[in-house]
Amino acid sequence: MSDTHAPAHRPQDLDDAIAGGVGESPLRPDGTLKVRGDFAYSSDLWAENMLWGATLRSPHPSARIRSVDIGPALRSPGVHAVLTAEDVPGRNLYGLKDIDQPVLAEDVVRYRGEAVALVAADHPETARRALDLIEVDYEVLEPVVDAELAAHDDSLPKVHPGGNTVRYQPIVKGDPEVTADVVVSGTYTVGMQDQAFLGPESGLAIPAEDGGVDLYLATQDLHTDRKQTAAALDLDPELVRMTMSGVGGAFGGREDLSMQVHVCMLALRTGRPVKIVYDREESFFGHVHRHPAKMYYEHGATRDGDLVFVRAQLYFDGGAYASKTPVVVGNGTTLGVGPYDVANVSIQGWGMYTNNPPCGAMRGLGAVQPAFAYESQMDRLAEALDMDPVELRIRNAISRGDTTPTGQVLDYPAPVAELLRRVRELPLPEAPAAGAEPDIRDLPGGASNTTHGEGVVRGVGYGVCIKNICYAEGADDFSTARVRLQNVAGEPLAMVHTAAAEVGQGLVTVQQQIARSELEVERVNIHPNDTSVGPAGSSSASRQTYVTGGAVQAACRAVRERLLAITAERFGEPAAELSLSGGKIVSRESGVLADIAEVLGSEAIEETREYHHRETFPLDERGRSERAQVQHAFSAHRAVVDVDTELGLIKVVQLDCSQDVGKAVNPESVVGQIQGGSAQGLGLAVMEEIQVGEGKIRNPSFTDYLIPTILDMPPMNVDVIERGDPNAPYGVRGVGEPPTISSTPAIVAAIRAATGRDLTHVPVGPEHIIG
Amino acid sequence: MDSEITLWVDGRRETLSVDTRTTLLDALRERLGVTSPKKGCDHGQCGACTVLLDGRRATSCLTFAVANDESEVVTAEGLAEGDEPHPVQRALLENDGFQCGYCTPGQVCSAVGMLDEVKSGWPSYVTEDLDESVELDEDEIRERMSGNLCRCGAYANIVTAIREAAE
Amino acid sequence: MDFLRPAGWSEALEAKANHPDATPIAGGTDVMVELNFDHRRPETLLDLTRIEQLREWSRTERNGVPTVRIGAAVPYARLIEELGTTLPGLAMAARTVGSPQIRNRGTLGGNLASASPAGDGHPPLLASNAEIELESVRGSRTLPLADFFTGVKRTDMAPDELIAAVHVPEGTGPQQFSKIGTRNAMVIAVCTFAVALHPRRRGVGTGLGSAAPTPRSATEAEEFLAGALAEDGQWDDPRPLPASVTERFGELVARAAAPIDDVRGTAGYRTHALHVLARRTLSWAWDEYRSGTELSGRQRCA
Repeated sequence: MSDTHAPAHRPQDLDDAIAGGVGESPLRPDGTLKVRGDFAYSSDLWAENMLWGATLRSPHPSARIRSVDIGPALRSPGVHAVLTAEDVPGRNLYGLKDIDQPVLAEDVVRYRGEAVALVAADHPETARRALDLIEVDYEVLEPVVDAELAAHDDSLPKVHPGGNTVRYQPIVKGDPEVTADVVVSGTYTVGMQDQAFLGPESGLAIPAEDGGVDLYLATQDLHTDRKQTAAALDLDPELVRMTMSGVGGAFGGREDLSMQVHVCMLALRTGRPVKIVYDREESFFGHVHRHPAKMYYEHGATRDGDLVFVRAQLYFDGGAYASKTPVVVGNGTTLGVGPYDVANVSIQGWGMYTNNPPCGAMRGLGAVQPAFAYESQMDRLAEALDMDPVELRIRNAISRGDTTPTGQVLDYPAPVAELLRRVRELPLPEAPAAGAEPDIRDLPGGASNTTHGEGVVRGVGYGVCIKNICYAEGADDFSTARVRLQNVAGEPLAMVHTAAAEVGQGLVTVQQQIARSELEVERVNIHPNDTSVGPAGSSSASRQTYVTGGAVQAACRAVRERLLAITAERFGEPAAELSLSGGKIVSRESGVLADIAEVLGSEAIEETREYHHRETFPLDERGRSERAQVQHAFSAHRAVVDVDTELGLIKVVQLDCSQDVGKAVNPESVVGQIQGGSAQGLGLAVMEEIQVGEGKIRNPSFTDYLIPTILDMPPMNVDVIERGDPNAPYGVRGVGEPPTISSTPAIVAAIRAATGRDLTHVPVGPEHIIG
Repeated sequence: MDSEITLWVDGRRETLSVDTRTTLLDALRERLGVTSPKKGCDHGQCGACTVLLDGRRATSCLTFAVANDESEVVTAEGLAEGDEPHPVQRALLENDGFQCGYCTPGQVCSAVGMLDEVKSGWPSYVTEDLDESVELDEDEIRERMSGNLCRCGAYANIVTAIREAAE
Repeated sequence: MDFLRPAGWSEALEAKANHPDATPIAGGTDVMVELNFDHRRPETLLDLTRIEQLREWSRTERNGVPTVRIGAAVPYARLIEELGTTLPGLAMAARTVGSPQIRNRGTLGGNLASASPAGDGHPPLLASNAEIELESVRGSRTLPLADFFTGVKRTDMAPDELIAAVHVPEGTGPQQFSKIGTRNAMVIAVCTFAVALHPRRRGVGTGLGSAAPTPRSATEAEEFLAGALAEDGQWDDPRPLPASVTERFGELVARAAAPIDDVRGTAGYRTHALHVLARRTLSWAWDEYRSGTELSGRQRCA
């Protein structure tokens, strides 16, 4: 691509030279740009002669399309293209696992919000007006809206020709029929949560002279986007070049395609740059959500509190298209007993098609829903046994050497009991002094002045969880890094180039830290993420520090090896005796030999490496696998909650977390991830739910889809421990997801403790508390 | 219908012709290329588009450009003194008060406007005496920053950063 | 879309007479939401931000009662800053409107013109027996706020009228305001309740929000409480209120509500919450009255 076609405000190299290697907390190299407002997010891009795209979406959750008339829209002044399914150049289907979703609907629409047609116009308003002129004749059909019903009632309409089941997975361990002294059971439901990243979907496509297209966008996975987009465009993937622009949060919501193919189609058709930016309402229709779930659980234990069995049936509503539903079922069932050692397990999981909004990846994928259920069950069991709920958990905690329900032996630290003990020991907030008038800001309702203490009861609750890290069940999970070391003005400069998406988690910082530590240089630049380097996979599954960190480490070590070989030859010393230190090459025998820059001279050393983690294997029909998942991570939360028991309003007073991160490559970022993950778990616990009625979203706005404000998120004590995983680079263990998982049940347990209510649904609303 | 207006944006005088339906946010972003105010929700519920409008913090998505003829607009881009970031910006950077950074320019403007409100003696929700000067403790910062969402959940560090910048 | 920017009030009234379909806009925090979401596409907007007199408030007297006349375009932030002690109930409500940014620009007049059942400013105005001053080229008229709201987002305003001001009698006793939201900030009300004690005229005022198609008062509750207080000689010799009185007051407030189920809450919850809020706010207001605070309603604080 020539520079004349580059968008204004293009992504740039990150070249802030901030000291700090592995284990330190240097400032973010993109931080200065971000605080100054100079960081170019995908929605900030602009190109000369640019058109604006807009998307017509189905108003019905299920309908047959009789006809589409684009004539009036096409004749509208300022409109340059109107495209429908007929205009999709290649395969009109895409998907992350099952390729089942049309780029533009053909004969049927399967959810309210499905893309039906596209417009490009010279002004966004003109494009939106033109959408109103497209006439679609729908034959409205009865939607399928209940996932559990869909799993068992064959008389329901089939959302897809192959039936309504996306994945069914049983897990059986030991004797599924065994009985126990004490048995508790419950039915739990989880509402549909939204990632609600603040920067809505956007992309800028620029047609290229070679017949290809350059797309600047915000995504979690450039190469997977490219693969799907190229197939839909019927282009060689090499002709679909993608460059990451600033990502305004992701949390799973940018794993699936949204505007990628659409904006490229419009650019290729019009021969002009085209930009699509969703507004907030469209964003609610434009990406997948967290699967709502209904879960039946039965736990059996001895009188002493040893778990004897766990039996569960899990129903996940995948909505209209599969997206990550197969993985949700895999994670949900394999992790469905939680971080506990249980001899007898029988879990069945169903991921279903319905005509509800499509659901897919969100932080804690498939592990969030069962954690709410199994932790609720542990509290119920503790009550039935008259045991302390933390002691019950510690007694049954899984640990290194134990076997998971799928038959996998944990061959790395699993300090679940330790995390529970530690989180319990963290300081509790001071109880308000007796008789003192409370500060209403600290009470449920806060400044809204709903209580001056009346009805307020404090509760404390615990939650602990397990999450698998990286891709699982036999996926070849890898990342690629290219590292180039050169002499720039007498100083060694390393350039790290990967396709791994920085979504705010601090990956660019970590990459710099690894390169500094491995190459002993101060200056490390980060090249913009693009598809001119090999795949990195998605910034999801808490995997990037593990796999891309591993790839950067490997590429740096390959560069170092070559550098030392050159030095060895030049100075006549054995390479094995040489090492790098503080920008210099040091010989064990003769001390400092030379500056790295000096040895490099005008030559650059560049190496590209892939890092593949240990192989995993699929589950068999009984859910057995020698190693279904490469690593597991654990976190434990304690929540202190004040509940206005008369009004059902909640104030989370304190939320504490102990988490094992293997190795904190960047301790400050680790704490940030735990804070942020906990905030999203808090949101699910007490406020976040996309309300769907008859297949339609009733609250697609930030007025009615509420996410935590700074007043909702309490102070946290965060306790990080490092029990390294010997199989992982630097011993790291994924960090981002676990705190999203264990925070929710901890908060709900605290609300139960305050109210005595059962609370079997999250988010917990005032109605649930007042009963 | 188009109208010609003049805005003072980050110290620059900008004369432009805008459609009357254009929000101040769109005029800044699409017409003047000032992209630091972000679009997050389109209706004042996220705070990402916060700017200082004639010195006061305001959500720029909820005001028309034409209604602000001859107004002074300061965005996060305009707060730095040359290469030196504004103290609030520096404090956010040093305290890791952001992750994805999308809300950050709005947080910056909101914090700068808020500190100014405190300086001019605006009462807090719970100030005991309405004439008393406000103590900017953690509760007070949270209360006064409650119009800016951060989905990454960097709130704890935002509070720390603002306390530091206020000193 | 035409955008009219009158420099003065008479010019604004002229403009409204000539463009009766024009949508007035001041802070923009209500109108712009509708426009950004494409819920409305008015042909003409009438921008009132340049009209100085709409941004002023003053102390006056109406029918012998000290009253504050608040220009329609005074933003919430100034109600909080400047009228916190004079009109405590209104200031408390103003503090719960939207976010700090919204409060810097949003105005009481705009809130009234939108006439949303969820408008935070309405209940305390009802509880204080506020009046609204409407003006057109034909002249000016003032009517009780209760008569102003005629339906969901509908008012008694004629197409050529603009809101000039709101007249709020100064508080002579404690006032309270409570708002239920499912988040601790920046939230549209699930329901709101305001109560004002008027010792000088031995009356009680109430206001309910998000509880019916229009903001409304709980007249029966007001009369019951005023009667109970008078009967027991409580105004002159205040003693703790019997639980039966606060409970009955709560019941009557709840009975005055005619809420609906929507995405923010159920009708059942709203009715229940109003009952609780009425009971609590009355007890706070009464405590203040008993403790001799002649004029209060300010928040308690640690």
